[in-house]
Amino acid sequence: METMNVQEHWQNMALDQVPLALAGHEVPWVREARLAAFERFAARGFPTRRDEAWKYTDLSILAKRASFAPDNIPPDAPSEAALNAWMLSRQNVHLMVFVNGHYSPELSYPRNLGPGVQLESLAGMLDENAQLPPELFDAVHEHTVLDALNTAFTTDGAVLRLAPGTRLKTPVYLLYIASGYGVSIYPRNIILAGEGAEATVIEHYMGTLDAHNFTDAVTQLELASGVTIDHCKLVQEGSAAFHIAGVHARQKAGSRFVSHSFALGGKLVRNDITSSLDGPDCDCRMNGLYLLNGRQQADHHTCIDHQAPRGTSRECYRGVLDGASRGVFDGKVIVRPGAEKTDAHQSNRNLLLSRQAEVDTKPQLEIYADEVKCTHGATVGQLDEDSLFYMQSRGIDAETARSLLVYGFLNDVIERVPVSELRSRIVDMVLDRLPQGESIKELL
Amino acid sequence: MLSIRNLHASRDGKEILRGIDLDIQAGEVHAIMGPNGSGKSTLAQVIAGQPGYQITEGEVAYLGQDLMELSPEERAREGIFLGFQYPVEIPGVSIAMFLKTSLNAIRRQQGLPEVDAMEFLSLVREKMKLMQMNEAFLTRAVNEGFSGGEKKRNEVLQLAMLEPRLAILDETDSGLDIDALEVVANGINGLRSAGRAIVLVTHYQRLLNYIKPDVVHVLAQGRILKSGGPELALELEQRGYGWVEQESKAVAA
Ligand SMILES: Nc1ncnc2c1ncn2[C@@H]1O[C@H](COP(=O)(O)OP(=O)(O)OP(=O)(O)O)[C@@H](O)[C@H]1O
Ligand SMILES: [Mg+2]
Repeated sequence: METMNVQEHWQNMALDQVPLALAGHEVPWVREARLAAFERFAARGFPTRRDEAWKYTDLSILAKRASFAPDNIPPDAPSEAALNAWMLSRQNVHLMVFVNGHYSPELSYPRNLGPGVQLESLAGMLDENAQLPPELFDAVHEHTVLDALNTAFTTDGAVLRLAPGTRLKTPVYLLYIASGYGVSIYPRNIILAGEGAEATVIEHYMGTLDAHNFTDAVTQLELASGVTIDHCKLVQEGSAAFHIAGVHARQKAGSRFVSHSFALGGKLVRNDITSSLDGPDCDCRMNGLYLLNGRQQADHHTCIDHQAPRGTSRECYRGVLDGASRGVFDGKVIVRPGAEKTDAHQSNRNLLLSRQAEVDTKPQLEIYADEVKCTHGATVGQLDEDSLFYMQSRGIDAETARSLLVYGFLNDVIERVPVSELRSRIVDMVLDRLPQGESIKELL
Repeated sequence: MLSIRNLHASRDGKEILRGIDLDIQAGEVHAIMGPNGSGKSTLAQVIAGQPGYQITEGEVAYLGQDLMELSPEERAREGIFLGFQYPVEIPGVSIAMFLKTSLNAIRRQQGLPEVDAMEFLSLVREKMKLMQMNEAFLTRAVNEGFSGGEKKRNEVLQLAMLEPRLAILDETDSGLDIDALEVVANGINGLRSAGRAIVLVTHYQRLLNYIKPDVVHVLAQGRILKSGGPELALELEQRGYGWVEQESKAVAA
C-alpha cells in the first residue's frame, strides 16, 4: 500500500473516531495523545516486509482483518474453573485479570498490597485523570508503529507504582485472557519504580482456541536508581492469534532489569523488548525461549542500549522449532560513546527438529566506546547425536531421549525465572508440548 | 552370553574392525588391551549399538538373539551396559532425572514395578555412598562440568544402579586418581557374580591388580591377535605390544 492509500484506508474505516470513545476520553490530554498517536499510525499503516525491521514478520494477513477497533463489549467471563487451571495460585500473587483487554474486578485478587504500592487499572486512572506522567504516551517512547496503535486504542492495563525503597515480595500477576472470535485487544501496562524499589511482574497472555484475537500490547517500565525489576512474559495465545508487543524499560543508575520472555503459543508472536541503560552501573538481563510447531512464528527483536559507563548486560535466548515453524531472533546491543567499561554478552541458540523449520538469527553489536567487553554468539543446530545415543545406551527410548534433550536445552532459560511456581508452570507447558512429556513430568 | 564371529565394522568408509572373534560366558571377566586406535572403543560402541558404524560382515549373538537387530535402548534393556571412554554431557538434565528414567525403563522391560521417588532416592544414595560421590551431584546436569575422574565415577554409579548382565567398561580407569581407582574397582568387584559378565577395556595393569580377569585379549589393527590368562597382561606391561604384532605376522606368513 502506498502512503496515501494507507491513510485513506484508515480514515475510511472511521477508526480515527474510536479513540474518542475510549478510557479517558473526557480528559483532554488523553484524548489528544490518542488522536495524535492514531495520526502517527495512520500515516504509516501496518509495516510491510519492505521495512527492514519487519522483513521477517509478515503482517499482510493481519492487515486484512475486518476490524481493529478495540473490543468494547464486556465478554462472557471465563469460568472460575478454567481460570484456576491456567493461573498461579492466587494466594501467592497479586492477581489482576483482564478479559479481552478489560480489567475484571470480579476475577481479580490484588490482596493486601502494603504501604508504598499502588496497583490499579489504567482505564480507571485515565477516566479519573489520576496522576500519570503524560509523556509516557509521547512519540519518543514508541519503538514501532504498533506501539502508536496501542496508544491510540489502549483499552486497559495495569499501573504499578512503587514508592522509593518498597520491596514487593509477592509477584504481581497480570493475566490477559482472550475469548470470543476476532477481538482486538490493546493492553498497556505501566510500571513506575521509585529509588531502590524491588518487584516481580508476570504478564501472562492466554487465549481460547477459537479466539483469532489480535493483541497489540505495550509495557513500559521506568526504573529509578537502584531498582530491581524482574519482568516475566508468557505468551500462550490460541493457535490463530496474532500477538505483537513492545516491552520497553528505561534504567537509571545502578538499576537492574531482568526480562524473561516465553513464546509458547499463537500463530504469530512478536515481542520488541528494549532497555535503555541511561545511568551508570546498570545491569540488564534478557532471557527468552520460543518453542514452536506447525506453522507458528515467533519473533524477538531486542535492543539493549548502553548509554552510560560500567553497564552490564547478559542476553540468553533459546529456540526449539518443529514442524514448519519459524523463529526470528534479532538482538541488538548498542554501546554509545561514553559508555566505557560496558560488559555485554549475548547468545542465541536454536534447535531445529524438522527440515521445514526455519530460524533467522541476527545478533548485532554496535560499539562506539572504548574499553568495552562485548561478545556474542548464535548457533542453529540439531539435537546432539552423541547425547541421544548415550541416553539410549541407558535404556531410554529415542522419543523420550529427544524430549529430555529439548527439556534440558530450554530448562537453562526457565531456571532463571525467580518465582518457583511459575518455573514449574512453564516446565509443564513445555512438557505438554513434547512427546512423552507426561512421563518426564513424573520425574520432576 | 556374547558370541562375536568375524565382525567387520567401518565408519565413514574406513574399516576399523577387521574380523573380530570373541566369546564371553556369564560369570567371566575379560580384559581387552591394545594400542591406541586399534579399535577397542569401536568394538564396545558397536556392541552397544552406536548407529554411526556400519557392520559390513559377521555376527553378534547375545543370549541367543541377533544383537544387530536390536536398537541401542533394547540392548540396554536386555542387560547390556557400556561405560563410555568419553562420557557425554547432557545439559539441563539432572543425574537424578536421567538415572530414574533409565532405571525405570530397564525395570519395565524386566517386568519389575517402577521405583517411585522415595525408593529411587534411597537406592541412589546407597550407591553414591559406595562410589564416594557427594549427593550434590544428583541435581547437577549429567557430566556437565564434571572433571575427568568425576565422569568416570558417574559411569560406575550408573553401572551399580542398573546392574546389567554384560558390562563393558571402556577405560573406566583412565583419569582416576589412586584412591578413586580403588573405589571404582571395589564398585566393579561388588558386581561380579555368576550371572554377570564384565569386559574391561584398559591400558593399565593397575586396574587388573584389583579386578583379576579370567581372560586377557590383545586387540590391534582391528583384530584380536592374542588371548591368554592374567599373566598376559603382566607380560604386555613389561614388553609392550610390538612382540604380539610380530608374532601374529609370523603366524600369518
Ligand atoms: N569417523 C571416522 N573416520 C575415520 N576413522 C575413524 C573414525 N572414527 C574413528 N576412526 C578411527 O578408528 C580407529 C579406532 O578408534 P577407537 O576409538 O576404536 O580406538 P581405541 O582402540 O579405542 O583407541 P584408544 O586406546 O586411544 O582409546 C582410530 O584409528 C580412529 O582414528
Ligand atoms: Mg578407546
